Amino acid sequence: MVFFSYLFSGISLGSIYAIIALGYTMVYGIAKMLNFAHGDVIMVGGYICYCSMTYLGLPAIVSILLSMVVCTVLGVVIEGLAYKPLRQAGSLAVLITAIGVSYFLQNAAQLIWGVTPKIFTPVVSFPMPEGLAAMGLSSVAVVTMVTCVVIMIVLTTFVNHTKLGKAMRACSEDKGAAQLMGINVNRTISLTFAIGSALAAIAGVLLCSYTPTLIPTTGSMPGIKAFTAAVFGGIGSIPGAFIGGLLLGIIEALAKAYVSTNLANAIVFAVLIVVLLVRPTGLLGKYVPEKV
Amino acid sequence: MKKLNRIKATTKVDFATYLGVTLAFLIVSALQSGGMLSNAMNSWLVPICCFIVMAVSLNLVVGISGELSLGHGGFMSVGAFSGIVAGMSLAEAIPLAPLRLAVAILVGAACAAVAGFLIGIPVLRLRGDYLAIVTLAFGQIIKDLITCLLVGYDKDGLHIVFNLDGLRTVSDLHLEEGGVAIIKGAQGAVGITKMSSFTAGYILVMVTLVIVLNLIRSRTGRAIMAIRDNRIAAESVGLNVTKYKMIAFVVSAALAGAAGALFGLNYSGLVSSRFDFNTSIMVLVYVVLGGLGNIWGSVIGAAVLYALPEALRGLQDYRMLIYAIVLILVMLATNSDQLKGLLGRLIPGRKEKTNG
Repeated sequence: MVFFSYLFSGISLGSIYAIIALGYTMVYGIAKMLNFAHGDVIMVGGYICYCSMTYLGLPAIVSILLSMVVCTVLGVVIEGLAYKPLRQAGSLAVLITAIGVSYFLQNAAQLIWGVTPKIFTPVVSFPMPEGLAAMGLSSVAVVTMVTCVVIMIVLTTFVNHTKLGKAMRACSEDKGAAQLMGINVNRTISLTFAIGSALAAIAGVLLCSYTPTLIPTTGSMPGIKAFTAAVFGGIGSIPGAFIGGLLLGIIEALAKAYVSTNLANAIVFAVLIVVLLVRPTGLLGKYVPEKV
Repeated sequence: MKKLNRIKATTKVDFATYLGVTLAFLIVSALQSGGMLSNAMNSWLVPICCFIVMAVSLNLVVGISGELSLGHGGFMSVGAFSGIVAGMSLAEAIPLAPLRLAVAILVGAACAAVAGFLIGIPVLRLRGDYLAIVTLAFGQIIKDLITCLLVGYDKDGLHIVFNLDGLRTVSDLHLEEGGVAIIKGAQGAVGITKMSSFTAGYILVMVTLVIVLNLIRSRTGRAIMAIRDNRIAAESVGLNVTKYKMIAFVVSAALAGAAGALFGLNYSGLVSSRFDFNTSIMVLVYVVLGGLGNIWGSVIGAAVLYALPEALRGLQDYRMLIYAIVLILVMLATNSDQLKGLLGRLIPGRKEKTNG
């Protein structure tokens, strides 16, 4: 019984990682950049939802939508101002710019909302059936898992069966060729950032429902973990991010419960290293042979 | 004059770097002895030296060897804590403080080199962003492991306990009467005798520069750069890729360990979370803004960018915000094609550089 409660906790944490990792992996797949500012967009999403619920008194669902809209706009603005001028530059230049954006968001949040933690009230809570509640399954966990699965299915369908999704896949494979086929590459990249940031907002709200304290650095550790999850599953692959996120969450929860609280993170990262040694491009990553 | 012309251009740059660092050291020392530096500025000197060494050593991996490493802070951490243990426990064996500091730095460098070798075996099998994420992972693992470490010493020697379940305390070290606990798990190292000085920092920077510049200009260095430029071509002319990458990685780790030891012995207390992901990223920012593969660029980048947020302290809450904006603007100005074209027209005669 205790095992199940750890397992459920792991799955719900893993679902949050998976949602963040989906955003990471989409942006990486198309822009080939490590967007370190993604974790901070999550934090902004959490704060917007908090403010809208606490100060404006809006219902949870409206707050979530509001925070998604704000994050989407934020993501597109960041992309347009900071990343777009660097499309032709080396990947390190973009990486450092992303780090600059991450510092900026964290410090701006600190100026606006202060360093004192905000206590977030979970966005959902409904009574669970006795048996499930006894196994440690909370309403937040159920909503998180369902949301994650729904997002994953919608995204896969979108990418594989719509015209825009096709454009995205084309851009991620070869930007030059995609442009020649009449695809607006810049708009496709902006769209990807918009989707990724909207997902980050949802992840932010769910993360704050899972661990209710909200500070300006709330997003950075989950951001790194989700990045790890995306690499774990094979970066650029949508099902890979989903599986990677879930596995990471489960490993973390079980390691915390059965091995050591202090070393849970170290174990998560050690598993990542072992996986990458056996499969150097992650669980579902494609191997691209080098040509001379 | 004729003789001077025969010296290679790279050699001139190298000597200019040594000369520049020495001049900077002399000027700052003169200012310091003249009492021109505020207390705050005095406290920056040793960390600046440490971060110059960090940046130069990271440049060896990122710029010269061409592998993105996000875990350089981990090696600094290994060096810092092993250096602190050596510096504290050898207090009686080596009474002379500067010598003890030198031994501590060597111990820190050796431990970090071993860590670098062990980590290098799996890491160097991977490429690109996968390599980056694994170095990040190792940085985090090192941080967490040190959080679980309890170390003390008494007349029997060192006592080390690994606090896996989080329940052990200093009393589990079973120290004899008069024993001292050096590293106390999550509290980090406490009660450190400060030994570092600006002069020691200067010497370490110079030693680092001599090692790195000579390595780059040697046969080994050329091999490392050839592998960076085209791995397959280098392999096909018979270069052992793993060996040369490993040399760059281990030398870099050892130098980071030395910097860590100097850094650790500059404070009375130190926690392992001081060397987290952000520290590694900060050093990477110094390297990239200083110029990839450019050693004197790293020296200047580290010195200026370490001092900048400190100097902006007067702006209080806004300082990191301004730092972030400056960082983004500098990256945009130096890398964006449109802005480069604009600058090229404003400053006539400016050489067009290819993107690196």
